[in-house]
Amino acid sequence: MRIVPLIISAALTTGLVAVLNTPLSVGKTKTPRLGYFLSPQQGFWQNAEPENKSFDANIVVDGLQDKVEVLMDERLVPHIYANNDNDAYYTQGFLHAKFRLWQMEFQTYVAAGRLSEIVGPDRIATDRFFRRLGMLEGAEATMKKMANNPTLQAAVSAYANGVNAYIKSLQPSQIPFEYKLLDYKPEAWTPIKTYLFFMFMSYDLTGRGTTTDLQMTNSKNYFGYEDFNKLYTNVQDSLDPIIPKGTEYEKASVAVITPASQDSLYFAKTGSVAPNGSEAPDKNNGSNNWAIAGTKTKSGKPILASDPHLGLNLPSLWYEVQITTPTHSTYGASFPGSPAVIIGFNDSIAWGVTNAGRDVLDYYDIKFKDSTMGEYWFNGAWQKSVIKEEIIKVKGQADSVDRVAITALGPVMYDKSYNANGSDGRCLAVRWIAQDGSSGLQTFYELNRAKNFDDYLSAINHWTCPGQNFAFASVSGDIAIKQQGAFVARWNRQGDFIMPGQDSSYLWQGMIPASENPMIKNPERGFVSSANQMSTDSTYPYYLGAANAFPLYRGIIINKKLNAMFGITPADVQALQTNNDNIFAEMARPALFKFLNEATLNAAEKKYVGYLRSWNLRNDVNEKGASVFRDIWDSLKVAVWADEFKNAKLPLQWPEEFALLEQMLKDSVILFQDNITTPNVRETMVDAVTEAIKKATPQLQQMEKEGKLAWGAYKDTRVSHLLKIPSLSRLHLPIGGGEHIINATKDNHGPSWRMVVHLVDGIEAYCVYPGGQNGNPGSKYYDSFIDSWAAGKYYRILFLPKEAANQNSQIKWRLTFTNS
Amino acid sequence: MKFIVAIVLHGFLAFAVGLYSQFPWWLFVGTSGIVAFFIMDSPAKSFFAGFLGVGALWSGLAFGKDLANAHLLSSKVAQILPLGGSYIALIVVTGVVGGLLGGFAALTGAYFRSKSTK
Repeated sequence: MRIVPLIISAALTTGLVAVLNTPLSVGKTKTPRLGYFLSPQQGFWQNAEPENKSFDANIVVDGLQDKVEVLMDERLVPHIYANNDNDAYYTQGFLHAKFRLWQMEFQTYVAAGRLSEIVGPDRIATDRFFRRLGMLEGAEATMKKMANNPTLQAAVSAYANGVNAYIKSLQPSQIPFEYKLLDYKPEAWTPIKTYLFFMFMSYDLTGRGTTTDLQMTNSKNYFGYEDFNKLYTNVQDSLDPIIPKGTEYEKASVAVITPASQDSLYFAKTGSVAPNGSEAPDKNNGSNNWAIAGTKTKSGKPILASDPHLGLNLPSLWYEVQITTPTHSTYGASFPGSPAVIIGFNDSIAWGVTNAGRDVLDYYDIKFKDSTMGEYWFNGAWQKSVIKEEIIKVKGQADSVDRVAITALGPVMYDKSYNANGSDGRCLAVRWIAQDGSSGLQTFYELNRAKNFDDYLSAINHWTCPGQNFAFASVSGDIAIKQQGAFVARWNRQGDFIMPGQDSSYLWQGMIPASENPMIKNPERGFVSSANQMSTDSTYPYYLGAANAFPLYRGIIINKKLNAMFGITPADVQALQTNNDNIFAEMARPALFKFLNEATLNAAEKKYVGYLRSWNLRNDVNEKGASVFRDIWDSLKVAVWADEFKNAKLPLQWPEEFALLEQMLKDSVILFQDNITTPNVRETMVDAVTEAIKKATPQLQQMEKEGKLAWGAYKDTRVSHLLKIPSLSRLHLPIGGGEHIINATKDNHGPSWRMVVHLVDGIEAYCVYPGGQNGNPGSKYYDSFIDSWAAGKYYRILFLPKEAANQNSQIKWRLTFTNS
Repeated sequence: MKFIVAIVLHGFLAFAVGLYSQFPWWLFVGTSGIVAFFIMDSPAKSFFAGFLGVGALWSGLAFGKDLANAHLLSSKVAQILPLGGSYIALIVVTGVVGGLLGGFAALTGAYFRSKSTK
C-alpha cells in the first residue's frame, strides 16, 4: 500500500499551492501571491514589454459613432483623429486606460477614501480623513451640476465608456503590474471617478489649510496674537505681485462685516489642536507660468510657458496627447482620469496654470449637546446634525465604520473618535469650497476650443476650485493672466485660525464676483507671469489670505529676468524655465555676511564661509556653495527660532524664511534673536549667525567626506513610484534647482510638466515631463523622458493635421478603432 | 523514453492550460498529476519528470520574456523580491517554483496510480 506516501505528497502539493497562492507577511509589507506573481503565463512576466513591441492595432469596440484613427509617434504620444468630439474622448479614455489604468484607478481610490480596500488596515486613518473632508460629497455635487450640462456629461460618459471598453478587452494576464503586486483587479470606471480625480486635485492644491489652520491656531495661542502677527507677518516688503504694483482696483462690491467678538473669541488664546499632519498636501505645490508679448520676442509673436510644480511620481500625473476633431484641434498634458487637455494649446491660443494659493478651507469649533453629536449649538438654539455612516472596506479584515456628523458649517473632521488626543475633546467642522462641487471641466473643454481672448475669459470664468492663475497667449497677439476661482470675501485674517462655530458672524459672507478677481491683459511691460506669489499689492480690496501660502522669490526672479530680456526666442524661454539662479541666496548672503564676525571662526568654519563667498549663486548640480548656503541658512533658522519653539507642546509651523530675511535686511530689531534658554546672555544676530556656521560645519565636513556636498547630491532628487517602491522609482537624478528657484526641483517635488509654446501660425511648441507615456514599469517608455527632463532638454512637439501626420517620419504606429 | 515523453507532456499541458488566464494559475497541478498517473514510472522519476517539465516551461518562458524585455522588469522585480536585482536568480526562482509544484503534483499522481493498481 502506498496510501501514506500518497497522502503525504497530496498534502505537500496542496500545501505548496496554498502557500504560493497566499500573500505572505514580510516585515511590515506583504508579498504578492508568489506562485501567481511568478507564473510566466499570468504573473508579472506578462508585463515585461518587448523592447521592439509594435503598438499597431485594429481595435474593435462597442459605442463609437464612427471610425477613429490614432497615430502614435516615437515618444508614444497619441495623435487622436476622430470625426466627432465624443469619439475622441472615448478614444482618450481607452488610451489612458491602456497605458495608465492602475494609476488612474489608484488615485480615485485615494480620493474616495478607499485605500484600505487595496492596502489593508494601515491606511484607515487616511481613508477617514478623505471621507470626513467631503471628497465623495464634492464629487457627487459636481455630478449633479453636470446634469445641467448635457454636452459635457456626454463627453465624460464617452470617456468612461472608452476606459471600460479597454478594461473589458483586458485578459486577466494583461492587467497592469501593480494589480498583480497588490493582488486585486480593476473595477469598472464611472463618471464619478473623473469627478473624484478633480476633487483630489482640489485637495492637492487647496487642502493645506487642513493642517496649517490648526498649526497657525496653535502658534497664535502659544505666542499671543501680537507676536504671532509679527512672526507670521502678512507683509512682504520684497513682493512683486502677479498684477504689477500700482494697478488700481475697483471698490469691493461685497462688503464684509468683521465679527464684533473677534478679539475675545478669535484672536485671543483659544483651544489648540494637534493636526493629524500626515495627510497635508505638499507645501511646495506651486508652479510658474508666463506669457510674453510679441513686442519682446524675436518673431513678434507671443510665447507662453507653463510648468506646474507637483510631487514627482511614476507613473506621471500627466499624459501627453493630441486631440483633433472637426470642431477643434488641441495638444498638451491631460490627466489620466479625465477627458480633454488640461495644460496646452490649440491652433489659436495657449494656456498654462499656476496655483492661486488662496484660502478656501476653514475650520469651525462646534459645540455638540452630547457625545452622540446629534445636536449642536448655533445662533442660540440646538440644531440637528446629520449622522453619516462611512463604511470603509479593509483588505483582509472586517469593515471599519466611521460615524461622521454633518453640520450646516460642514462635516466634522476632528472629534472624539478621530484624533481625540490631539483635539482636546473639541469637534471641528471643516468648510471647504470644493465640497460644493465644481464644473471645472467645462473650463478645459472650452479652453481646448478657444479662439481668442474672449473665449479664454468666458472659459475660465466657470472655474471655481482650486483657484488658479490662468496665463494666456494667442496667435493674434494678445497675452493675459487672470487669477480665477471661487474665492471667499474675507475680513482680515478670517479663517487663518479655527473659527468659533456657534453663531453666523464667522461664516462666509459672500464670494468675490469673478469680475473682481485680479486680471491683466496686454500690459505695457510686455509680459504677464505668476509663481504663486500674492496676486496683488495691499490696495486690492479683499483679504488674500495668510502669507505663508504665497512663496515670494520665484515671482521676483521671473519678473526681473523677463524685464531684462528682449528679442526672446523659445530657446531663451526654455533656458529661463530651467534657470538655477538663487535670488533668495542673492538677497540672503549679504545679510548673512553683515552679521558675520569671522574672527570667531576656526579654520574649518572659515573654509566653508569661503565656499559660500566664492559661490556663483546658482544651484547647479555641481555647486558646493549652494549646499553650504542651504545648510548654514537652515542652521540659522534653528539658532533663531528653536529656543522659542522648544517649549511648545504641539507641532507648530516655523515662520516663513522671508520673515527672517526681511528683518535682517531692514536693520530693524530682529524678533527673538535672543536665545531665551540663556537668561544671563543677550544674544544678537551676530551670535546667531556664528552659531549657525559652527553648527553647520561638522555636517558640511561629513558631507564633503562622503562626496555629497555638490548641490545635486546634497538635494538628491528622485521621481518616486506612487507606492514608494525604490526599484520602480528613479533615484539620485543629476538635476539642479530647488526652493525659491525658477527650476523649482526639490528632492521629490518640482516641475511636473514643462511646456513652451510659440504662437506662430501652425504653432511651434516644446515640452518634457519627468516620466514616460507608458505607466508599465516593464516598458522602456515608463521613464523615457526623465533623463531629458533632468538635463533641461525639451522635445519638439508634433502638432500635426492628419495628412501631415500620415507622412511624418516620427509617426511610428497606427491604431484604428472601429465599432463592432 | 517514457521519462522524456513525460517531461514533454508535463510542459506542454501546463502551457496549454496556462493559456486560459481566467483560470487559476495552478491549474497545471492537475495536468501534471494526470500525466504521472498515466505514464507509469517510479515515484522518483515521476517527480523529476514533473519538476523538469514544468520547471523548464516556467524558466524558459520567463527567459524568453526577459530577453525580449532586455531585463528591464526582471531587474526591478528582483529588488522587490529580495534577489539582489539579479534577473538570472529571478528566472531560476521562477523555474524552481513551477518545477516544485509540477514535481509534487506528478509524485501525487504516481502514488495514486501505484495505490490503485495494487
